[in-house]
Amino acid sequence: MITVDPGTYVQLLALVQNSIIAAAVLGVVGGLIGVFVMQRDMAFAVHGISELSFAGAAAALLLGLNVVGGSIIGSLIAAALIGVLGAKARDRNSIIGVLMPFGLGLGILFLALYPGRSGNKFGLLTGQIISVDLPQLGLLIGISIVVLVALLIVWRPLTFDSLDAEVASARGVPSRALSILFMTLLGLTVAVSVQVIGALLVMALLVTPAAAALRVSSSPVMVPVLSMVFGLVSAVGGILLAIGGSLPISPYITTISFAIYVVCRIIGSRARVAR
Amino acid sequence: MTTEPAAGGPAATPSPVLSIRGGALRVRDRELWSGLDLDVRPGEFIAVLGGNGTGKTSLLRAMLGERRLDEGTVLVGGHAAHRGHRRIGYIPQQKIAAPGTPLRGRDLVALGVNGTRWGPPISTRGDRERVDALLASVGAEGYADRPLGSLSGGEQQRLRVAQALADDPTLLLCDEPLMSLDLQHQRAVSELIDARRREHGTAVVFVTHDINPVLGMVDRVLYLAQGRFTVGTPDEVLRSDVLTRLYGTPVEVFRSHGRVVVVGVPELEHHHEVTA
Repeated sequence: MITVDPGTYVQLLALVQNSIIAAAVLGVVGGLIGVFVMQRDMAFAVHGISELSFAGAAAALLLGLNVVGGSIIGSLIAAALIGVLGAKARDRNSIIGVLMPFGLGLGILFLALYPGRSGNKFGLLTGQIISVDLPQLGLLIGISIVVLVALLIVWRPLTFDSLDAEVASARGVPSRALSILFMTLLGLTVAVSVQVIGALLVMALLVTPAAAALRVSSSPVMVPVLSMVFGLVSAVGGILLAIGGSLPISPYITTISFAIYVVCRIIGSRARVAR
Repeated sequence: MTTEPAAGGPAATPSPVLSIRGGALRVRDRELWSGLDLDVRPGEFIAVLGGNGTGKTSLLRAMLGERRLDEGTVLVGGHAAHRGHRRIGYIPQQKIAAPGTPLRGRDLVALGVNGTRWGPPISTRGDRERVDALLASVGAEGYADRPLGSLSGGEQQRLRVAQALADDPTLLLCDEPLMSLDLQHQRAVSELIDARRREHGTAVVFVTHDINPVLGMVDRVLYLAQGRFTVGTPDEVLRSDVLTRLYGTPVEVFRSHGRVVVVGVPELEHHHEVTA
């Protein structure tokens, strides 16, 4: 889809430098936290949080406040509700099923009331990475670093709690506190992702890369590494492909992410047959 | 029945690993049992028998410090039981890992070694050597690198034993560790546990609904039934008159070929004895 000559492409590249950095950071953090999203069986929760994050961002847009801030508040409220009300998987799914349309509806209401440019409106749902400005970029990177460091600190107890809860609890792992912390980190990551890829497509960076990695490996080292690489390739690759053409970025990101998953599935099933 | 330690030589009465005094458990207003005194010595193998809803698992959770008894005290190594006790190994009720679980056999064992440690997940050489040694001790080297979800129930349970031994426990708590295993694996897993307590003096509390796979290893039985309990050696407890008194209804115990079969247990309490 590259319809511009190489010289113009390089100039465009310079223009979207911020977005590329944002996408790279997000690809890495999303891939990493995605591993725990899969371990804790929370893919649907990611979707639920992102819709409330969208509502928060839309409210902030309407009120003329910081959109990232609104998005974070929406995310954290959703994460807290899901964490407190949905301790059990079954409860959790119904809570999310209830919250999601409510959040989406609120968001659409706020956007309808918003008198500004319509380009901003759909950006929140389907992505607006091109418009990442410098302060926003700083916020995105700052939040991503917080999430990254926190994950590294709690990595092993969180893995223990996610995969072997009963023994972890007997061994003294504070599962309740870890669960609250994880929901907070997930909320922050979702809020950041909504800015880049849009509320509807967040799962392409928070779920698909980890799911793909799990098809080809069971190693606790390889799964996060692959997941981060897949996230990075999808996010940055999507931008690089998109800036040459006239189509939005999100479909490129979701398509690359999906293609990686399909390839991993095929490789994974071959390996299983071979064994 | 007595809760005093059986004779183990005049000088051989080391302080108990586990000590329960006046233990009582209630579910809502119903008393499951009360007045439970139990001392478990190093190297002792105690089987906890009883039907569903007799509080076997709750008792184990009290030893783990995950719940309190409604009355009485539980001391582990002389201190009140608390969650995360370093010297307790725990083998939970068997839950087969789902296919696609992102763990290999050795990773399950590694969680026992360093799963509670904070900080970046970089395993030290010492950790890796410990995991290898644990894998070797249960004979699981052959499948240590395969995904957990692809292993049989017996293989997974061997790994569970290795995981539980990670911190060199003085007390090993096992909750139905042989459930849904075939006979061969039942023998293999129970022999691993038995070897551990013989070689390292680890006390074992083994909750089970079927005593037969471990009958030859058990020192004493804690038998819970009908809001009562009785403690003693298998020969003292697994007798028609004793269980008839415990259940308050005629119960017959047959022994043949080293197996115990109990007949006549009330409907609601049907459990191991039905298996011939």
